[in-house]
Formats: sequence, structure tokens, C-alpha cells
Amino acid sequence: MAEAGHLARTDRLRAAGLLAPAYLWLTVAVFLPLSAMAFFSIITDVPFGDTEWRVTAENYAAFLESPTYARLLWKSVLLGVKVTALCVLIGFPCAWVLAKMIRGRSREALFLLVILPFWSNSLVRIFSWAIVLRGNGVLDKAVNAVWPWNVEVNLLFSEWAIVIGLVHSYLPYVILTAYLALQAIDDSLIEAARSLGAKWWTILWRVVLPLSSSGLIAGAVLVFVPVVGSFMEPRILGGRMGTYYGTVIEDQFVAVFNWPLGAALSFILLAVVLAILAVSAPVLRKART
Amino acid sequence: MSEVRVENLSKSYGSACALDAVSLRFPDGGFFGLLGPSGSGKTTLLRAIAGFVEPDAGQVLICDRPVVDVPVEAREIGMVFQNYALFPNMSVSENVAFGLRVRRVPTVEAKARVAEVLELVQLGPLGDRRPHELSGGQRQRVAMARAIVTRPSVLLLDEPLSALDKALRVDMQIELKRIQREVGITTIFVTHDQEEALTLSDRIGILKGGRLIREGRPEEVYSDPGDVFTARFLGEANVLEGRAVDGALELAGGTRVARPADGATMIAVRPEHLSVSRDRPEIASALRADLRQRIFAGAMGTCVLHWEGQQLKAVARHEEFADLPESGPVWISWCDRHARGLRAE
Repeated sequence: MAEAGHLARTDRLRAAGLLAPAYLWLTVAVFLPLSAMAFFSIITDVPFGDTEWRVTAENYAAFLESPTYARLLWKSVLLGVKVTALCVLIGFPCAWVLAKMIRGRSREALFLLVILPFWSNSLVRIFSWAIVLRGNGVLDKAVNAVWPWNVEVNLLFSEWAIVIGLVHSYLPYVILTAYLALQAIDDSLIEAARSLGAKWWTILWRVVLPLSSSGLIAGAVLVFVPVVGSFMEPRILGGRMGTYYGTVIEDQFVAVFNWPLGAALSFILLAVVLAILAVSAPVLRKART
Repeated sequence: MSEVRVENLSKSYGSACALDAVSLRFPDGGFFGLLGPSGSGKTTLLRAIAGFVEPDAGQVLICDRPVVDVPVEAREIGMVFQNYALFPNMSVSENVAFGLRVRRVPTVEAKARVAEVLELVQLGPLGDRRPHELSGGQRQRVAMARAIVTRPSVLLLDEPLSALDKALRVDMQIELKRIQREVGITTIFVTHDQEEALTLSDRIGILKGGRLIREGRPEEVYSDPGDVFTARFLGEANVLEGRAVDGALELAGGTRVARPADGATMIAVRPEHLSVSRDRPEIASALRADLRQRIFAGAMGTCVLHWEGQQLKAVARHEEFADLPESGPVWISWCDRHARGLRAE
């Protein structure tokens, strides 16, 4: 027993030693900034220079006092749901084609195209969409070039523009995670299902989706969380329409210089997103089996 | 009547020819083994019958119904895959019930049929297990149960035993044969293991380079292989070449032996039919050879011999074997009825 205890202790020490860099990194990169933000969220004014400040709960109370914040948060959550759903609906078939129908060099080329959005600056990407979507823009001209009579296509400064921009930015996450999950499904499972008489939708529903759901869920979470807090796409592509919870937080930091309120709103967003994930976890886990 | 036929089936991948006008009849209720080295087209043939491979030309008939244009899911086949391909997200019972659910068999009946077939493969109590909780042999049984529960017209087995270790494989051979007899389903299986093919099949077909080169009952094909490839592939054979002189066959070195009835100039003698002795035997078909090695293996022993620059093999029973020298010149001989004429390829 003593021997085992001793061994366990040295093992623990070694584990702690090996994990130390990771924990150090987490402390510096995650814990310290978050702590600073948590501190800001409970004070009256930014403690820079010789401003006076005291501890308060007013910033959190502000969220409850004005219904605007809750309404905007709900709008952002809905945006997150829409964008996530579209990403999954578009990304899953793409991943299927990449994983199961294409072999060799053309797969590498397609992969490059999928990852390309990651390599371009997000501002450049968003402004490009603005050029495409605005009235008399690329899309408008293209549609009018083939359409028999004149139509006006102006999607800019609408929710559609925001959704398109966000889907384009976050689609690669879903494609990559779904691709990995689908790649792990042995082709012979699909052949076995076919030999047993299953049509493609039965195979999709009873074999492929259950076996790839973990990858799909990971991809959906990767999309949903940042989209709910997004502010660049709503601001640039949404224009007047583009007031969302994320843009309000950004305003507090950049325009109004009310950091405490911005920090408090950020923490409320964090709490709400965690709550949504916690509530949906059992449902999603059930879907997996 | 669930006979399967393939007629002039051809398939090529680019310039490589996987099947070259193969015509074959798989009798109703029989156990047919497709045997061949890798790349011989045996798996392509099986997959063409299943419908996973679309042939370039030719026809597949299951119960006299042409099925080349029928998709896999409508062919009413049962298939056991090399890696079993059990659905990891379902229990054993759910795996077996999959084909029944797809066919909308009522739940009560489906349950009864799943229980019945699990009993048949001797997995009755394991219905709630997941595939990863089973041993290789048990997975094999589940795959069999899943393939036959829908009562398909034909059962296709793709190297069904290759994933098992040797001892288990022998047990499963007996088990496969028993299940197949009890269900009475037309079965076609692919293997590269000639012993397995001989043990399991009622009939075997030997493929090489996409062509069917021999078909028949295992004993028939083994004892009269017909051509050099089959003789060497199915078991071991000593192939002796000679030329026809005055109705006899003159082998290298000038020894004349009886010529087979079909006029062939090549003969095959199985190692178990080749006798090795110190003294000249009283049979005409005897050769002077050099014994190079004696390998003792219990009841039987193997002799490695050299004759006219060619290596020969003989298997001898213990008493015969013990009498031989370690090495040196000996006599080898065979009964003429054991020498089979071979066609060159």
C-alpha cells in the first residue's frame, strides 16, 4: 500500500510538472484577462488615471432595467441559431462529398478552397461581401445579365447580408469537423446497410448521422458561440439593421468608453451561452446514441 | 429456386481487366467457393453479384431475374463483409433487426425472427451487447445472423474468416457450414485460402487474371486439376514435363513413363502420391532423385527432392519416412492412375 501511495505521489508530481506549461498558458491567456474583465464589470468607472471608482452591481442591473439588452441578446441568439443551422445544412453535404465521393488530388484542391476563407483577413472578406451584395453591385449586375427583365437586387444592410457573411466565415469549421467524423465511418458500413435493403435516407438517418453526430455537434458549437457575440459582420453588412448584442458590447468599449457596462454585458452573454449549451447537452447526447 | 447465374460478365478498371467474360452457375442451395490469388477478380465477381460493382458487359441473374440494372438495396441479398461491418451505434439485436425494420416487418414478428436467428448462430443471450463488446468469432456470427434474417435469395461472404486466428477459423468453418445447411441458402464465398475453400464448398471456381479457369466439385478439381495453375494453386503438385515418344512420355533424363489418356505432355503428381524408397520399386514410373531434406512433422514427414534441376516434394507416412537416409540418392515412384495430364496455360 505504502509503495502504491509513493508511486501515485511521484506520478502526480510528474503529471503536475508536465501540465504546468499548459496551466501557465491558461492563466496568462485566459484567466488573467477574464479576471480583469470580471473586475471591470463590478466597478463604476475605469480605474485609469485619477478617476474615482467603487464596487457596484449597477452594470448588471442595467441589463435588467432596460428591455433593449434582452431583446438584442435574443436577436443575437436567433442569428446564431440561423447561421449554425445553415452552416450544418450546407457543410454536412460538402463534407460528405469530400470524405466519401472524391479521391486523390481533386480532394486536396477542394480542401484548399474550403480553408481559403481562413487565410484572408476578415475585414477584407466582409467588405468584399458588401461590394457583392449592394445595389448595382456584383450580384445585382450578374442577375440582371441573365434575367430577362430588370430587377433590383440589393441585399446589403439586411439580415440576409449578415447571415451570408457569417455563414461564409464559419462554414469551414463545420465542414472540417464533419469531414473528420465522416472519414471515420467505414465505407463497408454503408455497403452493409445497402445490402440489407436500406435506401439512402435510411442510411443517412440510422447509420451516418448517429456515427457522425459528435463531429457535427462540435462544429455547431464552434459556429454558434462566436456568432452570438459577433459584431463586425452585423455592423458592416447590416448597417442600420445591424444592431445586435455584440455591436452593443463593442460600442461600450470603443465608442461610449463605458468599459464596466461592456464587461458586464459580456459576462451575461457568456452565462447565457453556457446555459444554452448546458440545456441542449442532454438532447444532443441523446441524439448521438 | 434461388439459383444464381452470371453470363459473360466483364469489368475493367482502366486498362486492368478484373473480369473477363466470366460465365458461371451457382446451384440452388449450394455452397460455392470462389478461389484465386489476389487480383484474380474473385472479389470483383462477388461485388458484381451484390451490385456494388457495375459490370461493363454481361448479365447477373438471381432466381432467373436479371439484376444488372437493379440497385444493391433491391436485390434481396445477404452479405457478410470481411471486417463484418456491424453498426457500432446499435446493439446486436438492433444490428440483426436492421434489415427487418427497413422492410417494415411488424415489431412482434421482427423480435421473434431476431431471437430465432440469434439462437441459430448460438448468440441467444448476447442480444443487448454492443459490437465492440464481442469477440471476433461472435462478431462473425452476428454478421451471419444479420445477413440471413431477411431470408435473402443468396448469401455472399467476402473472405468471411480471414480476420480470425487459425484455431477459431477452423471452428467457424464448421459453424458456417452448419448454419448454411440449416438455412439451405445459396451461398457464394470468396477466399484466397485453398484449404478453407476445399473444406466449405460443394463446388469451387478458380479464377486467375479475371478469367474462370476451372469449376467443379472440390475433390474433382483437386484430384484432376486440368492445368498447371490449378494444380499448383490448389494444394501442392509436382509438375513433370516430357515429350511424347511412341505412346509413352519421355521425361528429362530419358525415363519413359505411361502417358495420360488425354495425350498431355505434362503430368502432375501430388506429394502424397509420390513414394520415396531406398531400393528401386517394381513400378515402371520410377525416377532416380536426390533427397535433399527430410522434415519430420509427426504422423507425416516431408521429403524435399531434386530431380533434373527441379525441386520435388513428397509426403510420406511415418514408417516409410523413418526408413529413408538423411540425404542422398533415392528412388521416387507413383502409380500411373495418380499422374494427371495437365494443359499448359
